[in-house]
Amino acid sequence: MSALALRVAGLSWRVRPRGVVVTVGGLAVVVLLMALNMRIGDIPMSVAEVLRAVVDAGSDNHFVVMELRLPRALTGALVGAALALAGAITQSIARNPLASPEILGVTTGASVTVVAGVVLSGSAAGGVSGALATFGIPALALLGGLAGAVIVYSLAWRRGLDGYRLVLVGIGVAAVFTNVKFWLLTVGDVNDTGRAMVWISGSLNGRGWEHVGPVALALAVLIPATLLGTRSLDALRFGDDTVTSLGVRMNLARGLMILAAVLLAAVATASAGPIAFVALASPQIALRLTRSAQPPLLASAVIGALLTTAADLIARTAFSPIELPVGVVTAVLGAPYLIHLIWRARK
Amino acid sequence: MPKLAYFTRVGNSEEEQVRRRTAVFGALLAIVAIAIVMSITIGSKPVPLTDAWHALTSPTGTENDIVIRSLRVPRTVLGVLAGIALGVAGALMQGHTRNPLADPGLLGVTQGAAFAMVASIIFLGMTSLYAYIWFGLAGALIASVGVFALGMVGGRGGPTPVTLALAGTAVSAFLYALTSALVLIDEQAMDVFRFWQSGSIAARGAEVVWQVLPFIVVGLLLALINAPGLNALSLGEDVARSLGQNIGLTRGIGIAAVTLLAGASVAACGSLSFIGLIVPHLVRPLSGTDHRWLLPYSGLVGAALLLFADVIGRVVAPPGELEVGIVLALMGAPFFVALVRRRKPVRL
Repeated sequence: MSALALRVAGLSWRVRPRGVVVTVGGLAVVVLLMALNMRIGDIPMSVAEVLRAVVDAGSDNHFVVMELRLPRALTGALVGAALALAGAITQSIARNPLASPEILGVTTGASVTVVAGVVLSGSAAGGVSGALATFGIPALALLGGLAGAVIVYSLAWRRGLDGYRLVLVGIGVAAVFTNVKFWLLTVGDVNDTGRAMVWISGSLNGRGWEHVGPVALALAVLIPATLLGTRSLDALRFGDDTVTSLGVRMNLARGLMILAAVLLAAVATASAGPIAFVALASPQIALRLTRSAQPPLLASAVIGALLTTAADLIARTAFSPIELPVGVVTAVLGAPYLIHLIWRARK
Repeated sequence: MPKLAYFTRVGNSEEEQVRRRTAVFGALLAIVAIAIVMSITIGSKPVPLTDAWHALTSPTGTENDIVIRSLRVPRTVLGVLAGIALGVAGALMQGHTRNPLADPGLLGVTQGAAFAMVASIIFLGMTSLYAYIWFGLAGALIASVGVFALGMVGGRGGPTPVTLALAGTAVSAFLYALTSALVLIDEQAMDVFRFWQSGSIAARGAEVVWQVLPFIVVGLLLALINAPGLNALSLGEDVARSLGQNIGLTRGIGIAAVTLLAGASVAACGSLSFIGLIVPHLVRPLSGTDHRWLLPYSGLVGAALLLFADVIGRVVAPPGELEVGIVLALMGAPFFVALVRRRKPVRL
């Protein structure tokens, strides 16, 4: 399919019709799944009732839908989009389909601080509730995620940034964090371990507007910013020497893109935990659906939102009334689909 | 006569290279020997070297004899076996996928073992390590055969590195999700799983060594056979094909070796695949990319690293012990990062 050129104020992008179809179509499915998701709860509703409750401020269900169900559904979609976008950027920069924000130190760093918070202040140490339970965990996660990224970046920086070295340093640091986490899990009381495991898996249970805000803000700022940077990402595909000779200011461009990925992943993880597999799989699924050479940023974000929202719907209905953490389902849902795409592409 | 001079120099340097590499191999063997001695003598109850020798050659049933023969020796042997297996498996896996992020568990071995063990605990009521280790082995083998089959089904001439790695990652994530769901609903399984996933060679006994030994021996033989073919494959599939390599067969042998090696050690010691991930990166500056040297070096370095980490874990937090997997990551990873920073990494 031929590509069209979009020019705005002297900058131009190649717009591929297939990418537009995937992005717009995916977005429509996300909205549909969110509506289906909002039917579920103590008061079952039909989609029509959900829509009426959103529009009509005087209806009985207005509070339930607007204060409980909509923020939860939005958190899921936005966190999924942010993780997937971070994943697409990381995979482009590392030029490696197995890379995910984990190698940037974000999700693993957040996991360590949160597990430490839950386990060390847990029931063995007198119990945790109240302030730490509601505000403490997102703050711990954000702090840990950013600290992890700073550690990885400063260790990987050596007279410039090398994608290959970043990956190697990233796996080293991630291993340290992951094993500190494992150790904390063996130290703690088994009940606290269970609670920590729910957070590590990624969960949307009880997420409200305070979780939507930061992720929405991050996406609103960083989606346009990263789209501006896509042209340097496209160039990065050709290897460091070519890029330098093409005149792209490589270290600056790459540093800014990594910063965007770190912020997106850190804010998303703070809101809902490190939801597994979304960052790794969404860009690869989007790449295959749009048949492009690089993980497409916008389409990846939409696929991430779709995967997370669909997984949340299943997590709440499959074993009802027991609710699974959403991160358990994202992989169960995304992995077979990714395998199907890989398999189909090789026929 | 520049041409002649050129050839002579290459001849000399090749000879030199072999001599140098043999010397490095000897040095690594010596390091492993030191690690073995340390692993047998150091612990919560230190045993003098003479007593250790006495226990091994002419045991008379003293307390030291019992500690050495029933605890330290099986633990050390398992450490050597698992270290060699994981080091070699990691080098094979990175060679076949040409991806520096590849670890021996990439094809679903680790998560396959974890899922099968947790499921056997929950659904079949397995309680002893000796029983569920078989499930772990079976799970590892089934998962990785499944991933390989997935890669084969769609392809002509075998799966490509990228699709293999992606399919393996996807299957691993799938199995990990199922395992997390299971341990979240069963507290007893969670208790086993959280210790298993940090990795340990303690309290395994001789029986476990005999259980995994055949798999590791066969795996190592396959790995040796695979080395020349893998060298050809590293030049690219087209070049390898024109050199007369059967690509599907070479990949198949390599994957079978990884499955046996990693599957056996992961089932016995928990998820220690970090060893297989970093060892090849540590070794490549010494061995270059020739797998005939890379594989044995990786095995020896893997064994030494695993034993050293285990010894440190025994003495660092008395009266308890720190799991070897945790020590490995906490000590090995910073060392690895320092190495990556100091020299230019040898690319795959």
